[in-house]
Amino acid sequence: MPTLFMTLREEGAVTIVDVSGRISLGEGSALLRKTIRDLLDSGQTKILLNLGDVNYIDSSGIGELVSGFSAVRNRSGELKLLNLTKKVHDLLQITKLFTVFDVYNDEHTAVQSYQ
Amino acid sequence: MTPEAKHLEVVLDTHVESVNLAEEMCLRVAEAVGFNEDECYRIGMSVREGVINAFHYGNQEKPSKKIHLALDLTQEKMIIRVMDEGKGFKLTDVPDPLAEENLLSTSGRGIFLMKAFMDEFDVVAGRTGGAEIIMSKRIPPNAKISGNGNGRPGSGAAPKQEA
Repeated sequence: MPTLFMTLREEGAVTIVDVSGRISLGEGSALLRKTIRDLLDSGQTKILLNLGDVNYIDSSGIGELVSGFSAVRNRSGELKLLNLTKKVHDLLQITKLFTVFDVYNDEHTAVQSYQ
Repeated sequence: MTPEAKHLEVVLDTHVESVNLAEEMCLRVAEAVGFNEDECYRIGMSVREGVINAFHYGNQEKPSKKIHLALDLTQEKMIIRVMDEGKGFKLTDVPDPLAEENLLSTSGRGIFLMKAFMDEFDVVAGRTGGAEIIMSKRIPPNAKISGNGNGRPGSGAAPKQEA
């Protein structure tokens, strides 16, 4: 049974990925990797990950977020994060990644930030 | 783990599913002992990271190798040991994931998370020749530990189970 679900939608030039479940070693991390790679391959380089329904991330999931961030940046794009749960927020804070990612609590503001 | 048992030991296959199994097992014990939701999350995450470390770095994902997980309850703390069958490593050799040059590294945060989430953490040479991670969490005041009350780990030991 999948532990992670993703749905894609467009807001102008920005692709919003609504993520729910666990981003952890195995299927969850692999699905995130594939989704970002597919978006980049199709020319989408403005990616907003909505993590509002992500209740768990382990070190493998953190690594996948960082990998996605770097991959998008290497294509001159931007990967940003939206709606962090407290657990994910705290994890990014203690790993100092809060200073790396652009993080938003409001979708409209997040989408506008790509302009 | 029965209410009387204070020691549990399982041998896990070097497989991704072992990570979930180990986490689930330790979470059940932690919940039964009386750790709150936050502490259970931290314990579960630490076990997960310990087994990922054994699976990936220690055993290098080789199915012929095993992961040894042991859990002890004393009156003071819950002690978790994760041992692999790799070559071992020194904590001092592990790069700091918070260093500027490592912030965008896609790996190497597991040890840091275990240290951050548990009260005590160490890595020693295991009897298999691999690394043995030893970490513990203080038992909360409302703990539900029963048994003979001598506070020694290992009393009422359950037989080793092959997972």
